[in-house]
Amino acid sequence: MALLELSTVSVHYGRIQALSDVSLTVEQGEIVTLIGANGAGKTTTMRAISGIRPLSGGTITFDGEDISTLRADLRVVRGISQSPEGRGVFPGMTVMENLDMGAYSRKDRKNLAEDLDRVFTLFPRLAERKNQAGGTMSGGEQQMLAIGRALMARPRLLLLDEPSMGLAPQFIQQIFRIITEINEQGTTVLLVEQNAQQALSRAHRAYVLETGSISRTGTGQELLNDASIKEAYLGVA
Amino acid sequence: MSTQETTTGGPSRLQQWRDRWNGMSRFQQWAFLVPLVLLIYALPVLNPPILSTEPGYTFSIAMFEVARYALVAIGLNVVVGQAGLLDLGYIGFFAIGAYVAALFTSPDSELAKLPYLVVLPLAVLVTMVFGVLLGSPTLRLRGDYLAIVTLGFGEIVRLLADLSPLRGNAGFQGVGQPPGTRADGQDVFNTSDGTPWYWLTVTLIIVVLMLVGNLERSRVGRAWVAIREDEDAAEIMGVPTFRFKLWAFAIGAAIGGLSGALYAGQIGFVNNQRFDVVTSVLFLAAVVLGGSGNKVGVLLGATVIAYVPLRFQSLYEYRYLIFGLALIILMIFRPQGLLGARQRLLAYGREAYRRLIGRPEQVSSDSALAAEPVKGAGS
Ligand SMILES: Nc1ncnc2c1ncn2[C@@H]1O[C@H](COP(=O)(O)OP(=O)(O)O)[C@@H](O)[C@H]1O
Ligand SMILES: [Mg+2]
Repeated sequence: MALLELSTVSVHYGRIQALSDVSLTVEQGEIVTLIGANGAGKTTTMRAISGIRPLSGGTITFDGEDISTLRADLRVVRGISQSPEGRGVFPGMTVMENLDMGAYSRKDRKNLAEDLDRVFTLFPRLAERKNQAGGTMSGGEQQMLAIGRALMARPRLLLLDEPSMGLAPQFIQQIFRIITEINEQGTTVLLVEQNAQQALSRAHRAYVLETGSISRTGTGQELLNDASIKEAYLGVA
Repeated sequence: MSTQETTTGGPSRLQQWRDRWNGMSRFQQWAFLVPLVLLIYALPVLNPPILSTEPGYTFSIAMFEVARYALVAIGLNVVVGQAGLLDLGYIGFFAIGAYVAALFTSPDSELAKLPYLVVLPLAVLVTMVFGVLLGSPTLRLRGDYLAIVTLGFGEIVRLLADLSPLRGNAGFQGVGQPPGTRADGQDVFNTSDGTPWYWLTVTLIIVVLMLVGNLERSRVGRAWVAIREDEDAAEIMGVPTFRFKLWAFAIGAAIGGLSGALYAGQIGFVNNQRFDVVTSVLFLAAVVLGGSGNKVGVLLGATVIAYVPLRFQSLYEYRYLIFGLALIILMIFRPQGLLGARQRLLAYGREAYRRLIGRPEQVSSDSALAAEPVKGAGS
């Protein structure tokens, strides 16, 4: 049974339909990536999964439970955690306060130190900046903070919305390496990206989203070698 | 711990005080607070010549006015400062509190009479219910909607007061007061002596400050700060944002209602002339002036807003002009208000350390604010 399953999911913004009949699955332990052009509906898919945006049709199942109408805060308790597009760190809170907010939904208090260690091992930069306000950090650092904060919830499924957006090339490499590392430590990852090259080479499986619908699916390697994908998303003529 | 210098130079005087205060033990803090509180209680009796508003305005009543504004500011600060919800109709809750007091105590009302001390908590309860009723539909929406709806709410309450059950301009005379007679046969609580009212209000302020302070240090308070900073992000962290916004709104409403009921009792009369939108803005100014989100700050703001026009009577007519200018100047030079909210977050910071690594770590406030300038995007 898949950890996450979207079945014919539709989402509207007023009259505008942003997603129509999107179906996808994420298996336990996978990195699945969702690629697509600007405005294809990637962020909307993430918001539907985390419960910020209500569905106008279809169902979302997490670990066998229908969560289609479950409140967003309870989905975090179930184990879905998100690093939102544009990072969304709390600008006036320090790194420690941001990480503390990440653990807001946690009931088990005793493992927090362990999780903090894990975050600081993945992102040593954050350990150096414990008392700096989130809003004053550089783009790359904020991205690390957003991912670290999401990890503090000890998620079973980590949703990452364009973690490489706006980052310098050397940071992009680093972020993707860390995503693989997080996955190898046992966290299932659903990764949304415009940087298709990197995302596809890191992912076990991938879906292509085109104007609100899934147009292709396959393993990361399959799509990476596909001529039409190359042309549309990898900038190779 | 390395401390980087900010461009503004070293830590400010204010910052030093904060650090010193936060470094004190609980006992030292009490040793400082108790005499201060006693002095505050004694003010209307001492009537110090530099502070006195007489002969223009009875000093004890001026002090009650200040205390009443302080209570309002604490309540509005929960909504605006803590949860970041712009409420432009706070006067509506204040008015409801005043009318509840009038309806159940004034001989002009046809409703059953209740003792004032029963009506006070009743006013709190009723305004809280109104807060929930108004908040439930509107707090699901984001941003500007709330400001517009609350603005409308304040006006609706004022216009409803024109209707015959609420007696419009004629209003309610002889609003009740707490019991007790003095040796000379006069009521302890009366409309010409503000002192007992001041003491009652200051006592309630202390109680409310403790309750609100406990809330702020709890999960509720952390949720409020998160919502204020970024509502979407708060929701993703698992904060039930709607529920906590409603909490803030209802608690704020209740404190506004309490303040309104005290006002009605002291002045002994309630009619439709006292609850205009401009007063809502004045309340808001008290919060913003002192430093939205900082309890000491808003107390200071309320004191300035209420006291200055009474002390300098010649300014009374121009108070809106003066406060307007003061706010503009303040927003240019010190947008966080006289005392900003950062102190609050640092208190959380210390708790964050305790929660996450099991031991407190000294969080120095200046290093938290000192950021290296960002060198080039994405690096
Ligand atoms: N808040 C919104 N209101 C109206 N339309 C929106 C909103 N957010 C997104 N959309 C529309 O939904 C579609 C999908 O957007 P989005 O999910 O953000 O795409 P992506 O993340 O793939 O760039 C776009 O056409 C966008 O204009
Ligand atoms: Mg997007």
